[in-house]
Amino acid sequence: MATIHVDIVSAEGEIFSGEASMVFAPAVMGEIGIAPRHAPLLTTLKPGEVRVQTAAGDEQFFYVSGGAIEIQPHVVTVLADTALRAKDLDEAAALSAKQAAEEALRNRGDTIDSAKAQAELLRAAAQLKMLEKLRKIKQ
Amino acid sequence: MPSIKEIRIKIASFKSTQKITKAMKMVAASKMRRAQERMSATRPYSEKIRRVIGHLRHANPDYKHPFMVERPAKAVGFIIISTDRGLCGGLNVNLFKTTLAAIRDWQKQGAEVSTCLIGAKGVNFFKRLSNVKTLATVTHLGDRPHVADLIGTVKVMLDLYRDGKLDRLYVVNNVLVNTMTQKPTVRQLLPVAADESDESKLQKLWDYIYEPSAAELLDGVLMRYIESQVYQGAVENVACEMAARMVAMQSATDNAGKLIEELQLIYNKARQAAITKEISEIVGGAAAV
Repeated sequence: MATIHVDIVSAEGEIFSGEASMVFAPAVMGEIGIAPRHAPLLTTLKPGEVRVQTAAGDEQFFYVSGGAIEIQPHVVTVLADTALRAKDLDEAAALSAKQAAEEALRNRGDTIDSAKAQAELLRAAAQLKMLEKLRKIKQ
Repeated sequence: MPSIKEIRIKIASFKSTQKITKAMKMVAASKMRRAQERMSATRPYSEKIRRVIGHLRHANPDYKHPFMVERPAKAVGFIIISTDRGLCGGLNVNLFKTTLAAIRDWQKQGAEVSTCLIGAKGVNFFKRLSNVKTLATVTHLGDRPHVADLIGTVKVMLDLYRDGKLDRLYVVNNVLVNTMTQKPTVRQLLPVAADESDESKLQKLWDYIYEPSAAELLDGVLMRYIESQVYQGAVENVACEMAARMVAMQSATDNAGKLIEELQLIYNKARQAAITKEISEIVGGAAAV
């Protein structure tokens, strides 16, 4: 029986790699089934499960929270997202990153930077120790 | 000469410091191993995605995505990945030095430079610079950064690039050469450099079936590619941080050992002197009686 090579990868690691007789994936326009020698296809995935049927007849399930799938006659590559993606979700993430930057910049004017304060503290502690020693010698 | 008790207290304090640095070294060593595993786990994704981009470029050479078009560089963006915590030797300082050199280079050419900072050390350092704009920051990713934490910061830069407000995008992070050496590296993210290595195998003319449109797909794939590159940088930087901390803590432990040895000598001498003095006092006393 003809098989097709399947790679399921995410940015944080490889999820699956092996031969399959049939692959099902939740494409953005509806679920697709991919048999060996499928025409070249490139499409995005929506959150759902990718099913891989091996030649031996057993089936494996992988959950993907979106991504893309590339199909070549003998290779299927699933580029899975690790995070749930949506336009407004991304927008919110970008906004919070911007706000963090503004927050950091606003603190620029403060004279007491935490690193500076720490250095001052160390110096004060050293001075105190010195004073104590001097006092002991005098006694 | 300091008193015996003082020396003893000092030795005890050095010993406890040594215990801490030793523990930190061992923690860093095990974390480094895990970070290296994560580093190699990111490789398949970026390889596959690069291949898909290569196919896409080959399949429709006429269509040019903005991320692939070279423009004259008037504004340059840097994504700078630093650590959140210190105690890792000169890791961050070296990185910032390299970054500043690259930034000055661009500024000399008249380009406007803006940055996107990942890691608390970078935020602390770059907020003091007045001629560099900071557009986005993210800190406290921990030892196990996730792609989800980086999406926002990267998107800020990508949006600017798409609007033509940035003409180049670089990522700066430490690259792990080996445990002893970490090399600060500046890599170009945008425009995406052409990868021609796959070309020869794909001589025949063919095209994908696209669902939905080619442009939309390419946009999504490219965005994920950039994100994965930044993520890879972040993971590698964690590995570097741990390696640098391991080396720094090892030398701190060694130094503490040396100090303890020296103090022990002084302590022994002081103790001996005190005993001698006491004996001579007793002998003197006995003689007087």
